[in-house]
Amino acid sequence: MLSKEEVEHISKLARLGISKEEKKKFQKELSSILDYMEKLKKADVSNIKPTSHSVLAENEVRTDEPKGKNEELAKRLADAANDKKEGFIRVKAVF
Amino acid sequence: MELTDLTISQIHKGFIGKDFSALDLTDAYLKRIEKLNKKIFAFLSVFPNEARLQAKRADETINSTKNFPLLTGIPIAIKDNILIEGQKCTSASKILENYIAPYNATVIEKLSRQGAVFLGKTNLDEFAMGSSTENSAFGPTRNPLDEERVPGGSSGGSAAAVAGELACCALGSDTGGSIRQPASFCGVVGLKPTYGEVSRYGLMATASSLDQIGPFAKNVEDAKIVFKEIVGKDPLDSTSIDYKFIDSDFDIKNLKIGIPKEYFIKGIDKDVEKVIKEAINKIEKAGAKIEEISLPNTEYGLAAYYIIMPSEVSANMARYDGIRFGRTPEIKKESDLFSYYLSSREQGFGEEVRRRIMLGVYTLSAGYYDAYYLKAQKVRTLIREDFNKAFKKVDIILTPVSPTLPFKLGEKIKDPLEMYLSDIFTVSINLAGLPAMSIPAGQVGKLSVGLQIIGKPFDEKTIFNAGQKFQELL
Repeated sequence: MLSKEEVEHISKLARLGISKEEKKKFQKELSSILDYMEKLKKADVSNIKPTSHSVLAENEVRTDEPKGKNEELAKRLADAANDKKEGFIRVKAVF
Repeated sequence: MELTDLTISQIHKGFIGKDFSALDLTDAYLKRIEKLNKKIFAFLSVFPNEARLQAKRADETINSTKNFPLLTGIPIAIKDNILIEGQKCTSASKILENYIAPYNATVIEKLSRQGAVFLGKTNLDEFAMGSSTENSAFGPTRNPLDEERVPGGSSGGSAAAVAGELACCALGSDTGGSIRQPASFCGVVGLKPTYGEVSRYGLMATASSLDQIGPFAKNVEDAKIVFKEIVGKDPLDSTSIDYKFIDSDFDIKNLKIGIPKEYFIKGIDKDVEKVIKEAINKIEKAGAKIEEISLPNTEYGLAAYYIIMPSEVSANMARYDGIRFGRTPEIKKESDLFSYYLSSREQGFGEEVRRRIMLGVYTLSAGYYDAYYLKAQKVRTLIREDFNKAFKKVDIILTPVSPTLPFKLGEKIKDPLEMYLSDIFTVSINLAGLPAMSIPAGQVGKLSVGLQIIGKPFDEKTIFNAGQKFQELL
């Protein structure tokens, strides 16, 4: 069973606020899901390479050049943020 | 016969013969949506004005040339995690309640060029996480075949829209069964293409190495028509592949079919098993060669999936910080950035999304990475190799799509692991990147059971040809 402290630690790493009741619920639920994952212990993976991508694609590269301005799109992208000023998005102080 | 009963090629003939206009057809669908959407809740948003405008434009094309694309004037529904410029795109999440899409997904651009009509955006489990569409922040969709039951998920709204004839066809996305399982539950056709064939640009990422957009349709032919138009290399998605669909001749007598014994185990509903076994018998009688095969690592599929999937989810969901997209919650002025993240994500994300983020962060965290994530990725290799070996002997593999019939609303929502088990026959296909289609195989009462046709990578043509033939037989 995951401890309360572990759940709190994960929630901080995940930047996810959780309530007191939810902490208990997550302890129980995550533990039962992780118990199910124990199945994998039986799988023999010695000398097996991991797959991160099903289709073995090569890395795609291109020169890092601007492809012309699309100010209309830039404006729409910025508009998605709620708190903005003169094309900038305003956030709380980082430091 | 109602206009909303027609398939794409029937509509096309109707347009050519001037039997009805694209506007007539769109209006017929809008009328049905108006009448039925309150009950079924397949659509989160409907665009009557824009759809009618697109239909009028389609009519201009139809009236000016004899050679117009098959999708001209076809009313389509789009899962609400795919961007349509200028329209709300919520992914059924409170955190994107007011988010307006700033550009079109590549699939939308492609369908627009064909002259398709977009009716609206369909309901889903929040950010495509779920198997019943009950995880939508805006309320569940109901199965048109039995309104007490779920339509499946996560693309439940798209499946229900096609099944309830609220759209001629639809797009969904499939990360671990999210097209095939709702297609099975609602009695329509749904295809998850080979990973990389369809651009994911403008699809909100759930688990990037697994996600793929695909069509829902009334029948196999319609699914093929939509599929052919959405594939292809896209410079805006570096994982997309240069692929073009080419059809070929087909004779069922040359078809070699594998039946994996690991997919017919205890725990599968006996009515589902009966329908699938009867379907396989009919297919064998029609001349296909059937052989039992083994996919020995099947039992690890679900566990590997529910490690890899949430891990990718936890990274992809990081962008929803309450700052850049949509909603900013009411938070006290003096709070710092860290507390701001905590509160906005607590308020904005639903239960299942939070659960998967937590799970993913845990399995990726220091000390657990090797035991969970890396192990799961190695198991993913084993699962892929199982399929590779099997496909040396057979052309396609047949399995049930879901181990159970469509379940009742509320039946599984309280037990996350029970809900995850709904995906047991579909997740391995995504881990291996393979194409697979669900077609209706038979009924149990008024409920539908889907047959899953799994193909080799990039061999959708065999899936469609076989599916077409099976559709005639079943």
